[in-house]
Amino acid sequence: MSPDLFSFRDPKRAREFAQLLSRLAPARPVKIVHVCGTHEITITEHGLRSFLPEGVEVLEGPGCPVCVTSTVDLDVAVKLAQEGVILCTFGDMMRVPGTELSLEEARAQGADVRTVLSAADAVEVARKNPAREVVFFAVGFETTAPGTAAVLLDTPPANFSVFSSHKLIPPALSALMELPQIEIDAFLAPGHVSTIIGSDAYRPVAERYHVPVVVGGFEPLDVLYALALILRQLKEGRAEVENAYVRAVLPQGNTRAQELLSQAFEVSDARWRGIGTIPGSGLAIREEFSRFDAAKKFGVEGELGEETVPGCLCADILVARAVPTDCPLFGKICTPLSPVGPCMVGSEGACSVWYRYGGRPRL
Amino acid sequence: MSPKRLSEEHISALHGAGGELMGRLLSEHILPRFSLRSLGSIGLDALDDGAALKLPPGVPVITTDSHVVKPIFFPGGDIGRLAACGTANDLAVMGARPLAMTLGLIIEEGFPLSDLERILTSIAEVLEGLRVALVAGDTKVMGKGELDGIAINTTGIGVAARPIPDAGLSPGDVIIVTGPVGDHGFALLSAREDLSLESNLSSDVAAIWPLVARALEVGGVTAMKDPTRGGLAAALNEMARKSHVGIEVEEAKIPVRDEVRGLSELLGISPLEVACEGRAVIGVAPDRAAQVLSALREHPLGREAAIIGRAIERYPGKVILDTGVGGRRFLEMPLGDPVPRIC
Repeated sequence: MSPDLFSFRDPKRAREFAQLLSRLAPARPVKIVHVCGTHEITITEHGLRSFLPEGVEVLEGPGCPVCVTSTVDLDVAVKLAQEGVILCTFGDMMRVPGTELSLEEARAQGADVRTVLSAADAVEVARKNPAREVVFFAVGFETTAPGTAAVLLDTPPANFSVFSSHKLIPPALSALMELPQIEIDAFLAPGHVSTIIGSDAYRPVAERYHVPVVVGGFEPLDVLYALALILRQLKEGRAEVENAYVRAVLPQGNTRAQELLSQAFEVSDARWRGIGTIPGSGLAIREEFSRFDAAKKFGVEGELGEETVPGCLCADILVARAVPTDCPLFGKICTPLSPVGPCMVGSEGACSVWYRYGGRPRL
Repeated sequence: MSPKRLSEEHISALHGAGGELMGRLLSEHILPRFSLRSLGSIGLDALDDGAALKLPPGVPVITTDSHVVKPIFFPGGDIGRLAACGTANDLAVMGARPLAMTLGLIIEEGFPLSDLERILTSIAEVLEGLRVALVAGDTKVMGKGELDGIAINTTGIGVAARPIPDAGLSPGDVIIVTGPVGDHGFALLSAREDLSLESNLSSDVAAIWPLVARALEVGGVTAMKDPTRGGLAAALNEMARKSHVGIEVEEAKIPVRDEVRGLSELLGISPLEVACEGRAVIGVAPDRAAQVLSALREHPLGREAAIIGRAIERYPGKVILDTGVGGRRFLEMPLGDPVPRIC
């Protein structure tokens, strides 16, 4: 193992960051929201919340793409599968509840639902099954969407199509700032997404809502460094975009990936579980690729069902209004083996991460 | 290949049918490998309906385990060594000296006789090393495709001066682990064909009674468990729950080989949740902890033994991990071992 990786876990430096965080923390409650399942895993697995000064909290918002997929989209996927196509999607999607069925339940009733690791794998399934229609149910943020774009641009077989539920992160940050009854002081922006879109992509949010946005990496010291930059901005009354992950993220991002995205997709409105419809937060397949657009090819529509079960706090957890242990179902009737809400289904969902890695507000 | 040849080199249905062929399998391949075949009364040679045992004074302890590991032969061991060690270790962490074992073999038709011989030799080596008698056994053959190679069931009998439960921890007790964790699970993972990982890692599978006996001689041992399925995380959680104490452990003090750490990062599997087959987690009264630790370290299997934490009053039933970077969280009971068919 490279010593470099573990140098980002050095306890001595971490203690120094903890001292820095206490010096920088303002004398009022501070709510920092991140939107990335991998950030939640780093924070929880390494117990980083115990480094936070009293009054400072870091919560996961809508950072798990599986969790925020609406029942509308899920129902489309279930219907497609029930109508006889081979439906390919990521493993985490299988158990997310739709209005009536999850994909796993549809499969148990005879539908052909397969898990794949990428859009390219789904194309492979289509090549091996030329007599069948194969639909890739595409979920994920700007990190996974270029993979879907690449297969669309690479002339996939005629029996292949994509049902796009891809979503964009910056509009979600704006939507969180517009929500009532939630005061967000700053965003810890996701490192992976930012490698694609670049740190400059957050400038409109930072300026419009006067909120600090700091891009962070995924090792413990990366996260502590980003949090220190956030607290320093708050202390100094600044609200800017800063990049605490310069070893991976450029201000302009990955322009090649951005080109792929804009060639294959156009920005559309999208529905997020727990939040509702966010203008300009989705990626719809462009007209010239409509023969690969499953929504158009099969003319299937979803319906808006109950997005969360009564008693389940997922809707509040997805917008950082609550933490998993606030939910009366957490760890009792809702566990990763028998999940009630989407935050426990997706392995990047806050509830799943807290359950597996022993997350608590503070220990 | 003629049927006759097949039955000489491979296991056939007749080997499990109780007739001539089975008799030959027993008398030529199984019995001669084991030097100790009885415990003071009716033993294996009698081929009776059961064994009768004369046990030395103390509390008799019994345990049983079935083994279905994949692959059957893995770096550092095989299913035979694993079965014999696993059963002997379950007795050892109960505080019992292993004395006798039974052996149930369920074999798939067509299984190579040479593989069976290797497996039996491994079992015999472990039993010989511990001076444990093989007192009873059973062989069954299942049809081709009805079983994946071989499954082994072993029952072990031992005697303890004082049985050591999982539930014996009191606040203040020191927690010792006898060596690096996660070797067995990761060695198996890296040996599996579908993962094509190259590694020099070997399973830690070993019989730990000689090591455990040293700790018991020093005294002060309050609780003991072998961290097999679910690894150290499962063992600590079980001990905390059953003892109604919290257990605080320091991640930085838990011995983990660099190779295991590397694989763990690569695969996203925590070394704390992966099985060991030659380790023990031992709770010791605080005044004996240093002595027990140095006694363990004198034995080759315990050179890397370490004090990793202690039992506390707060958070009964929970394990609190001081993470390597200096944070704190609960170390939860794993949902299941992330590596299937490891023992």
